[in-house]
Amino acid sequence: MSSKRVLMQGNEACLEGALVAGMRFYAGYPITPSTEIAELAALRLPMEQGSFIQMEDEIASIAAIIGGSVAGVKSMTATSGPGFSLMQENIGYAAITETPCVIVNVQRGGPSTGLPTSPSQGDVMQAKWGTHGDHPIIVISPTSVLETYQLIIRCFNLSEKYRVPVIFLMDESVGHMREGIEIPDKSSIEIIDRKLPDEGDDTWLPYEADGKEMTPAIPPFGTGRKYHITGLIHDEHGYPTSNSEKTNKLINRLINKIENNRDDIITFEESIPENAKIAVVCFGGPARSVKRAITKAKEENIDVGLFRLITIWPFPEKQIAKLSEKVDHILVAELNNGQIVNEVKRCARHGCSVHHIGKIDGTILMPDEILAKIKEVI
Amino acid sequence: MTHEIIEKYFRKDMMPHIFCPGCGHGVLMKDIACAIDKLDVDKDKICLVSGIGCSSRATGYMDFNTIHTTHGRAIAVATGIKMANPELMVIVITGDGDAAAIGGNHFIHAARRNIDLTVFVFNNNIYGMTGGQFSPTTPTDDYGTTAPYGNIDQDFDIADLAKYSGATFVARGSVYHVDKTIRLMERAMLHKGFSVVDCMSNCPTYYGRKNHKGKAPDMIRWQKDNAVDSKKAETMTDEELTGKIIIGETHHDNREEYTAKYQKIKDRFVGGIK
Amino acid sequence: MASTLKTLFVDKSLCKGCGICVAFCPKSVLNISNEKVNIIDETLCIGCGMCEKLCPDYAIYLNEKEGK
Repeated sequence: MSSKRVLMQGNEACLEGALVAGMRFYAGYPITPSTEIAELAALRLPMEQGSFIQMEDEIASIAAIIGGSVAGVKSMTATSGPGFSLMQENIGYAAITETPCVIVNVQRGGPSTGLPTSPSQGDVMQAKWGTHGDHPIIVISPTSVLETYQLIIRCFNLSEKYRVPVIFLMDESVGHMREGIEIPDKSSIEIIDRKLPDEGDDTWLPYEADGKEMTPAIPPFGTGRKYHITGLIHDEHGYPTSNSEKTNKLINRLINKIENNRDDIITFEESIPENAKIAVVCFGGPARSVKRAITKAKEENIDVGLFRLITIWPFPEKQIAKLSEKVDHILVAELNNGQIVNEVKRCARHGCSVHHIGKIDGTILMPDEILAKIKEVI
Repeated sequence: MTHEIIEKYFRKDMMPHIFCPGCGHGVLMKDIACAIDKLDVDKDKICLVSGIGCSSRATGYMDFNTIHTTHGRAIAVATGIKMANPELMVIVITGDGDAAAIGGNHFIHAARRNIDLTVFVFNNNIYGMTGGQFSPTTPTDDYGTTAPYGNIDQDFDIADLAKYSGATFVARGSVYHVDKTIRLMERAMLHKGFSVVDCMSNCPTYYGRKNHKGKAPDMIRWQKDNAVDSKKAETMTDEELTGKIIIGETHHDNREEYTAKYQKIKDRFVGGIK
Repeated sequence: MASTLKTLFVDKSLCKGCGICVAFCPKSVLNISNEKVNIIDETLCIGCGMCEKLCPDYAIYLNEKEGK
């Protein structure tokens, strides 16, 4: 087998990549601009002996994929802003019950019904903090159709490895973009499946975890080991408890399984010319405009660095701190009113000024607008 | 018999359970285990799914594949389990508020699909866990902490709601009618399709006290005195049935089940894309 | 038949004293004292099993084994 070249839409790449990752259950509800993912799932899953179901709303959709995952099948749903809002409670449920699942949010303009067909990156903070309580989450954002294909596979891998819900934060511009992409040879793609308990292990407990990954080995329902899953704080047996010590132990483990593995989880794209006084921090679709702006700046003999987040959460704190030592200014370009910029400010060293360019009007950031802002800052 | 059933199917280290003294849920939970015991199925393949509320704590005590989900979402989670692995027997334990208020949408749509889930609604006509607020099955004019002047809402009949939404096996049991309820539960689980048993429970702590229904034994005796079998009810007038509760099977049809239908789509692609 | 005669057992650690068994016992075998079920006169028991069936807490049951 070798790679093959195809013309594909971002949403299409998302579903095809998910199938390669082993996704065999999809539950969803139609919503612009993510609907093509559901349509393709309905078409493609039975061909792969998987299952698709259109649920009555987004709350049901995420509930169903949690069920699918508990039954041992890699499961996903896709939605957009309003639907993502509806899913929040069960994202927390997936986090506390350590149920692997992937939630795709093809962002559109908000708040509320907002701008259904326009791109936005307004859900960055919601992806991290939308569900109540302290909880672990991984959020990944693609910038191209090819990367959508590759990163959705990574979403499944991380979700299975750490037993955590992973949010794939696309935006309308990437979801609806068509590009020619080289589909990689499947044998070259790493696929990670969830850890299962050792067969003869008599001391196994469903929510006991150790090692660096701190992730328990929970088998699918129906495979012989019976246990209890609950969204209540629970002990290693999975039984509810309100004991403070056990509560601390559980919540800290849930958070630390992500915190202690930042180096495995965080990926980014960085290129900082030696003489650059400024770098642009960006992610997702708008990074394409940023790259064009950087090229244009170069034509005017202005060196500009690029730092593109691929993993949004956990936030690459260490990397941004390091970046702020290399340049005098950081410009954060994002399609919102200023969300990631505050994270960058939190992590940047004194002496490096942090600026923002954003948009909330449903149009994309244009290279010239970014270039003008770069010039203004330096 | 109870003793053997408890030994066999319950997590005894979790006992005693959290239900209040005299709460009918304990009886219904045991009845489910008795019904399961009669089934000729691999017990490892049985999944019990619950939502939130008093009823939904039942899954924590029963030694099967158990999942206590979020409020109202048990049927949606159960749908995912069944779709992902149709070989599993998926049973939902829910309450009147969980199934018919916050989870009402999931309830009617799962019924419409006729997906093979068995839903036991522990119906005690009140929100017990939060302290006695009126629920969608609290009768009109009864009292709850959020209906201090009497409930002006029309109540749902869970069995009718299930039937008219498309469920293909519907029955009603009660705490008092133990043997009958166990038989209905067994038939509901064996039925291939969406089946619902409206299990009349009793909440002496909130519903009973708020509405002067007496103590637990009085509430259970009321079930005994006012129950009419569904077959007999067919011969009675509306007037004669006023104030009565119909127990037994109330609806049954053989419409094709959802995962079986979906399997036919999958089967078109066995051996690759044609 | 003496061999099928069942003996009444009570697990007081599970009993919550709701009184359902007492109310539905047709032969006045039981009462509640100190908030727990108590066997007053087992010789009256006919082994009908109502107490066992209706106990929400699985605290009372009939057993074919010999009683204490």
